[in-house]
Amino acid sequence: MTRPSTVSDTRRGDTATDPPAPGPGTARQRGRQPRPGRGGVLAVFLAPALALFLLLVLAPIVVAGYASLYKWNGFGLPENFIGLDNYTRAFGDPTFRGDLQRGLVLVVLSLVVQLPAALALAMLLNQPLRGRAVYRLIFFAPYVLSEVTTAVLFTLVFSPNRGLGEGVSRWLGADAGAVFADPDTVLFAVFLVVSWKYFGLYMMLFLAARQGIPKELSEAAVTDGATAWQAFRHVTLPLLGPTIRISVFLSVIGTIQLFDMVWVLTGGGPIHSSETLAVTMYQYGFRRFEVGYASAISIVMFLLSLVFALLYQRIVLRRDTAGAITNQGGQR
Amino acid sequence: MTATASRAQRTRSVVLHLVCIAVGALIVVPVWFGVLGGFKDNGQLSTNPLGWPDPWVPNYLDILGNGVFWRQLGNSLLIAVSSTVIVVGAAAMAAFVFARYAFRGREFLVTLFAIGLMFPFAVAILPLFVLLRGMNLLDNPLGVILPQAAFGLPITIIILRQFFRTIPAEVEEAAVLDGCGSFGFFWRVLLPMARPALATVSVLAIVTSWNNFMLPLVVFSDQSWWTLPVGVQAFQGQYADDTARVLAYVVLSMLPALGFYAVAERQLIGGLTGSVKG
Repeated sequence: MTRPSTVSDTRRGDTATDPPAPGPGTARQRGRQPRPGRGGVLAVFLAPALALFLLLVLAPIVVAGYASLYKWNGFGLPENFIGLDNYTRAFGDPTFRGDLQRGLVLVVLSLVVQLPAALALAMLLNQPLRGRAVYRLIFFAPYVLSEVTTAVLFTLVFSPNRGLGEGVSRWLGADAGAVFADPDTVLFAVFLVVSWKYFGLYMMLFLAARQGIPKELSEAAVTDGATAWQAFRHVTLPLLGPTIRISVFLSVIGTIQLFDMVWVLTGGGPIHSSETLAVTMYQYGFRRFEVGYASAISIVMFLLSLVFALLYQRIVLRRDTAGAITNQGGQR
Repeated sequence: MTATASRAQRTRSVVLHLVCIAVGALIVVPVWFGVLGGFKDNGQLSTNPLGWPDPWVPNYLDILGNGVFWRQLGNSLLIAVSSTVIVVGAAAMAAFVFARYAFRGREFLVTLFAIGLMFPFAVAILPLFVLLRGMNLLDNPLGVILPQAAFGLPITIIILRQFFRTIPAEVEEAAVLDGCGSFGFFWRVLLPMARPALATVSVLAIVTSWNNFMLPLVVFSDQSWWTLPVGVQAFQGQYADDTARVLAYVVLSMLPALGFYAVAERQLIGGLTGSVKG
């Protein structure tokens, strides 16, 4: 309940430290600066975005950090301070540790299966091929469907006795629908559905990047006697580097917060075998009202994303025009 | 020599087509199963999952004749349009300042917003819920609209700022000579010139809002505010035994997104590829 006031305090503090910040009323004063009343202009133009962002994006992170130090059911004010106990508890909890492990598996799968497949398809669609516009349109279409619709559709496709999976099962002589019920396979099944929805996005990114590379480069390589594979490996692939690195980044960040798809497909089960950090957080925060503990899980997700993003930025993206994310350099 | 070359060419193109068709089938067949399945009953689904429905069962008409679907469609639309207007408006103003004014603290603020790109939405959902409850915004569409707008700011600001920087300073000087203030220039010159970029970010914002599930799930306990994703999930829970009926509901809820994609494909793809190039 006290949250909004603290937040608006920080906001006022922040705009006040912005150097020339007279009130909006002075916006019309002229002459002293190259631009009339620019402080007022700045304040007026920045206020809506800053207010929204500080109150609804940054403040929640701060609140989560604070709440994670308490044993708190989410009602009233947190009073029972327990220090880092929630974190200790999380790292001792097999479900949480499993979440981390499963997240890693999903990331690795998407790096070795999904992204290469998307890259291959992008290269394929870069060939002169009749009807490739139609293929492109179809391949990208799942991206616009929500994760929920996709997940419900696939639940039904693999529903016992009457799904499409049933037909496949009869044909295979094995039970296809059981992939979602078997703890050993469920994570891969989830991964396949996630890939179904998202490979088109990566394909499109690669395709756009590929089309930005002048044709002459690989042609020159081929003229010089390189095979098509060598031209791809040593000319095209390095030039696609920045896009590949950004795709890896998007894929990892996406995996850390994977929720909708898992929640609808499996609810995290059977016996936690497809659970993700976000699902565990949701279970504790919204089902069991252990808001302090769930906040600690949120903070772990946040730190994972942040540390990964910073390291990645430092180590991997550094070569690409100082990184697309914090690129405030010149015009280009 | 040319004959074998063109034959190799043809084999190659046949192989490429086969690969594309196989991948396309993986996408189209489940959707097609859903579309046809919506016209069947459960008996037909188990005996004849892929074939033509016989007889045709009016699941779609049942759903369309019931107000619930339309209500959820309307809610999704209201929330998507409002979030988009707010995020694009606020981001355009900020991006204008970031692109065309030099001031102390600018880089810090730009970086602050850019860091927002890395915040997974799921990280903030729990404290956001507590915050919204404190502000009495649960079961209120603003409780979804405002956070969505806030989380959309980073990407929108980055794309718009990039675009605003490409507009030459001469344009602004001319506008100032013609008596335009900063607000006049922004509103009457910059925004109209930025229409393509505004279209791009609007399309991204609409799709993001349309597909959002977690936030409406926790904010709306009152069913009359449910959006389509929440509704679809609940419908699946409610009619778990009636696969055909749920298929019809899922397919209907896909149609607006696919229709929008057909219309706005270029903006959507341009926005996604453009934002990655930064």
